[in-house]
Amino acid sequence: MDAFLLQVLNGLDKGGAYALIALGLTLVFGTLGVVNFAHGALFMLGSFCAVTLQSLLTLERVVLDPERLTAWGTPMEIRTPYIVDWFGDFGMTLIDWSVPLAILIAIPIMLLLGVIMERGLIRHFYKRLHADQILVTFGLAIVLQEIVKSQFGANPIPQPAPAMFAGSADIGLMLGFAENAVVYPWWRIIYLMFSGVVIASVFAFLQFTTFGMVVRAGMADRETVGLLGIDIDRRFTIVFGLAAVVAGLAGVMYTPILSPDYHMGMDFLVLSFVVVVVGGMGSLGGAVAAGFLLGILQSFASMNEVNSLIPGIDQVVIYLIAVVVLLIRPRGLFGREGVMEN
Amino acid sequence: MIKFNVKNKDHILLIGFIIVVALAPVIFAPIGAGYPDLLQKFAIFGIFAIGFNILFGLTGYLSFGHAAFLGVGSYTAVWTFKLLTMNVIPALILSTLFAGLFALVIGFIVLRRSGIYFSILTLAFAQMSYNLAYSVLTPITNGETGLQLALHDARVLDGVFGVTRGEGLPSTTLFGMAMSGWSGYYFCGVVLIIMFYISLRIFRSPFGMMLRAVKSNQNRMSYTGLNTRPYTLAAFVISGMYAGLAGGLMAITDPLAGAERMQWTASGEVVLMTILGGTGTLLGPVIGAGVIKYFENIFSSFNEGILMDAFSFLPEMLQHAVVSITGLFVGEGWHLTLGALFMVIVIFLPGGLMEGIARIGNVTRRWLKPKPVATTEADAAASE
Repeated sequence: MDAFLLQVLNGLDKGGAYALIALGLTLVFGTLGVVNFAHGALFMLGSFCAVTLQSLLTLERVVLDPERLTAWGTPMEIRTPYIVDWFGDFGMTLIDWSVPLAILIAIPIMLLLGVIMERGLIRHFYKRLHADQILVTFGLAIVLQEIVKSQFGANPIPQPAPAMFAGSADIGLMLGFAENAVVYPWWRIIYLMFSGVVIASVFAFLQFTTFGMVVRAGMADRETVGLLGIDIDRRFTIVFGLAAVVAGLAGVMYTPILSPDYHMGMDFLVLSFVVVVVGGMGSLGGAVAAGFLLGILQSFASMNEVNSLIPGIDQVVIYLIAVVVLLIRPRGLFGREGVMEN
Repeated sequence: MIKFNVKNKDHILLIGFIIVVALAPVIFAPIGAGYPDLLQKFAIFGIFAIGFNILFGLTGYLSFGHAAFLGVGSYTAVWTFKLLTMNVIPALILSTLFAGLFALVIGFIVLRRSGIYFSILTLAFAQMSYNLAYSVLTPITNGETGLQLALHDARVLDGVFGVTRGEGLPSTTLFGMAMSGWSGYYFCGVVLIIMFYISLRIFRSPFGMMLRAVKSNQNRMSYTGLNTRPYTLAAFVISGMYAGLAGGLMAITDPLAGAERMQWTASGEVVLMTILGGTGTLLGPVIGAGVIKYFENIFSSFNEGILMDAFSFLPEMLQHAVVSITGLFVGEGWHLTLGALFMVIVIFLPGGLMEGIARIGNVTRRWLKPKPVATTEADAAASE
């Protein structure tokens, strides 16, 4: 039972990332009817927002201290980040909290990027074939990731979580299992809660605001909403920006779990597409549910017991499920009728 | 006088193609590509792209997983070298067959869906194969190191036919002729010509027409009571076999197979080659493959020093700025160029280079032969 719980928890945080990316993909697809292969790149760009903030905060002033010597007898270099110079202990706290703080800069950056992307490129592809949409966003994904590679290098850049959340929580003890049976890193709990909050707020935004109502109406029948004199294109642009923000936030918060590198976007994108397909194209709830479901199944498949039974299952389980779902229920688990039936 | 109908046009095209392949060392020498290694790549990726075009160009099914078949072909070829013989013919046959079988299994599943579902499913399958090649299938694929020849390989058939074992690693042969340098290129060239001819025949056949009909309106085909899946599956398998053959040729020119050949970037590359040259055209994919491999070769070899020399005519400030910007696109940054090219082609020239050539041709023709002045609008419309 405790092992079971542990695997569920392990799957949830990855599932959270899948769900967030898949949510954005579905949102863009549902509103604009565009298949965005560059969505994974947005996830990656979000995580590099965190990297950028971290490196900005830790810009250092180097002073040679003649009093203290290194092992080689040269004066020791004393490195102090400027921000500590300016703010003292508060500066240290800022550096420590750089990942959560990056959310603040990621939101405007990703929103801007999303809007630019939609207005500058995607807009011209509404009327083109799906194949063309796939190809152009695929090209964009390559361009974005190569730019990041040239700026940040090819190696993963570790991002520490705030010291407060560095350790692990003994969840098993809280739930009445034996000590150390279910140990789970704090940051992953935070990530799980964070993704829950983001998903809930996206749904609330669509469900309870006038803006969201118009967007939902536009998803159902774009033309009629346009005929009613509503500038639906502008709203959809903002929705694209919103999807970019969601992907970016997922990336920012994921950095302490997986050190970001330039190709993480594509790795996650392929899986997120599978998630969308399993959940059902055009179904927001389906995307979220399938995201968590596949995350959990993947974590079960990577258990030693399962892996020794069917070698390699951890690598392919998600794809296998996608294949089975598409063959048995081509519309996906929660797919709406008539959405991308062909 | 020769009648200029489709059939004769095809003959002229084929003869021209053969001449270009045969004289490639001379033709491509002025642009610095007249050496066997690069020409081999042109031919191999040309085959890969021709095969991809049979699927994407004719049926419109956009596969993002074709590199998996290339990888299967490569692995099969290297295993044939290890187990059977260093002769290239069995390797080619087996790699084509295995890739075809693999394509049959995968195509049977993924062709249940079309459009973006198909793209995503093929991508998923390719990623799955790539992941498996890296992890569980290591006994077959030798994981990250890649599958290589070894001194103590069995090579059963070579033993039977009394081929003497030399010192060191053997090289691939065609009945005793070593497949390296120019003979290697001409072997690939001959295969390319044959494959081009097959694709020409497919394009002109009723089967090809059927595939085109699938592309233009699959629903209507189904409504007329026709089951389109056997046709699309056949196209999928054929293009998979082309990819397997290309993979086999890769292993012949360099007997080493690695999983990175199956990665999604490799699948993306063949898509790019095809659309760059012109989707659904006969020559386009070969031209696209050549252009991409040529520029890859040139761009990757550039470095800061060469760029500095190239822009030395500029004032120093400007030189540094220009070099640092162009430096992004060359050497390691070749993929950036590739991605940017991808976007530019899709945005501005969806028909690829072939469409570009056709457009230029139209413009010049109109320019050379001024139209008679149209008297009425109806006349103008009639002369269009």
